[in-house]
Amino acid sequence: MAKQSTSLRAYLLTRIALAIPMLLILLTLVFFLMRVAPGDPISAALGGRLTQEELDRRRAEAGYDRPLAVQYVDYLGDVATLNFGETIVDNRPVTEVIVQNGAATLELTLTAMLIAVGVGVSIGLVAGRHRDTSVDFAGRMFGIVIYAAPVFFLGFLAQLVFGKWLGWFPTSGRASPIVTFELETKTNLFIVDSIISGNWSALADVLRHLVLPATVLGLVIGGVFIRLVRVNLIQTLKGDYIEAARARGIEERSVVYHHAFKNALVPVITVIGLQFALLLSGAVLTEQTFNWPGIGSELVRYLDNRDYIAVQGIITFTGIVVIFVSVFIDFVNAWVDPRVRY
Amino acid sequence: MAMPSVEEPTANTRPAGPAPVRARRFRTLHRMFAPFAEARGMPRFVVWAGVAITTFFIVLALFSPAIAPYDFDQYRTADGVRFAKQEAPSSAHPFGTNVMSTDVLSRVIFGARTAIEVVVLSIFVSMAIGLPLGLMSGYFGGKLDRILLVFMDALIAFPSLLFAIVIAFLLSDTFGRGVTTAALAISVVYIPQYFRVVRNHVISIREEAYVEAARAIGARPRTVIRRYVFQNVVQNVPVIATLNAADAILTLAALGFLGYGIQPTEAAEWGYDIQRAISDAGAGIWWTGLFPGCAIVLLVTGLTLLGEGLNDVINPVLRRRRIIPVRFPPLRRNGNADE
Repeated sequence: MAKQSTSLRAYLLTRIALAIPMLLILLTLVFFLMRVAPGDPISAALGGRLTQEELDRRRAEAGYDRPLAVQYVDYLGDVATLNFGETIVDNRPVTEVIVQNGAATLELTLTAMLIAVGVGVSIGLVAGRHRDTSVDFAGRMFGIVIYAAPVFFLGFLAQLVFGKWLGWFPTSGRASPIVTFELETKTNLFIVDSIISGNWSALADVLRHLVLPATVLGLVIGGVFIRLVRVNLIQTLKGDYIEAARARGIEERSVVYHHAFKNALVPVITVIGLQFALLLSGAVLTEQTFNWPGIGSELVRYLDNRDYIAVQGIITFTGIVVIFVSVFIDFVNAWVDPRVRY
Repeated sequence: MAMPSVEEPTANTRPAGPAPVRARRFRTLHRMFAPFAEARGMPRFVVWAGVAITTFFIVLALFSPAIAPYDFDQYRTADGVRFAKQEAPSSAHPFGTNVMSTDVLSRVIFGARTAIEVVVLSIFVSMAIGLPLGLMSGYFGGKLDRILLVFMDALIAFPSLLFAIVIAFLLSDTFGRGVTTAALAISVVYIPQYFRVVRNHVISIREEAYVEAARAIGARPRTVIRRYVFQNVVQNVPVIATLNAADAILTLAALGFLGYGIQPTEAAEWGYDIQRAISDAGAGIWWTGLFPGCAIVLLVTGLTLLGEGLNDVINPVLRRRRIIPVRFPPLRRNGNADE
């Protein structure tokens, strides 16, 4: 990296160049991990249910009798053309699983992220502004305790309180069965679909289903933001220009919300990117807790059925998304804050 | 030296000048724990709250057979009378019984034992691998460093839970679904983190004058790493290890929740118990999930407080010491105040 490579394009190109070996390592790791497992995918999933000849035939058909190196090159080629194979237990192309169930996960995680940023930024700001007071202490403790709570435990509590005792929200699935049946799915994002078709009762139903899972996941992720925003605000408030603003007699309120706020938020963007992996892990658990038909619950289902192809496909896809997101976040970061482009 | 007007030092003040040095036995030990005694205010509260909670769970773990009223997989009394299924808390079962007819209190107590076993084992394994790799990578640099770094970064970027699930799934055929599998799956997640922290620290230490001095007098790389670099890096380890332990408890519970952790016949595990309790929520049965969940929250909070507190207390940059007012002798007019 040249010392003076301050242009955004140069930065982006370097970043992409660095992401390629990372992606390759991830793919290689996934491939060999799945091959270390005893037996080949076909006999692992279908063993005991088919005759030996039938197994051998299917294995040859899928190419599992070839040398490992050939299979590896084949796998990389498939990934390059976005072909993740076909699941063994129910013969669905993995791409279809990703499109259909991935949309459910996307809907959940995006909403959760909005909630996380909302909760985290507001509590973090208040705590940071009133540093070392009881408000600050309460905010920090909330951040620590909420981070300590497993997503599925919060989910259990939410189901108990808001689902069973208060009866406000449904606790399972993305929508009521009738809505799922009637809704025209173009994008598989139910919120978007119901808006496109102008089906407002469906939209209400979908949103009601989304409330508990998204809030629970959002709260857990938000714990990290509280801490981060607080620390950043405290750092920013020490800056000379803040002192200058105060010296000019600007109200403290205005100093915090107009002068310090935006600068304190820059690192949050980076952390949104870092939290993305945590968000995906959390999504797997949230989906299991609320019967959300996302990509995480599909992954667990295929693991239970020992369907290596499906697992390999989903994990590969996740890896690609993770790397893509990290490059994207770095790009946004460099765009917002020129100091990043060293 | 006559200074008649100087006040006698009281309990809260001391005269200007170097601090009094007292010879002590157990000097190293004293120096290790001095920051704890000096901590004041919030860090003091945080670190001691962490110590208290963590100790509580360690005691539970060590003496669980003595503390718990029943065994973790016991579903009937000694006389063979079966426990009621999902019975509300009563005097016989203070936390009630769950869907497997086992006593929730006993499972919560034995769960502490499982959690601590797994966490200690996994931290040991990940440190045993991550620390030396980080030391070597940071100290020698070069190609090895670059390859390891890209590799570990790829692992860090990947959602750790998915990684742990796959590893647990693959290991379960060899090791069964007990403490070993869970601990290994979890340690794989934390190796890159230890590696990263240790490596970065080593790189900054490598250029310090005292390391250069050691090299200049002809110390072998082994000696330099062991005596000078390692000694400094190791100070950070308690903080990282405690924070990772908190995270590891959550990962263990998540594995158990998804059904890839410890099987109920092997040991009691909180995450698994909550998974079984999810369907109870719809029936309004709260005690099967609430207690294991609270145990997780409490232990993780305790470990986090301990880690954060340790960081505040040990890290000289963050440390805030008690401010001791210093009284200077009054200035004298003729200007030779310091004789």
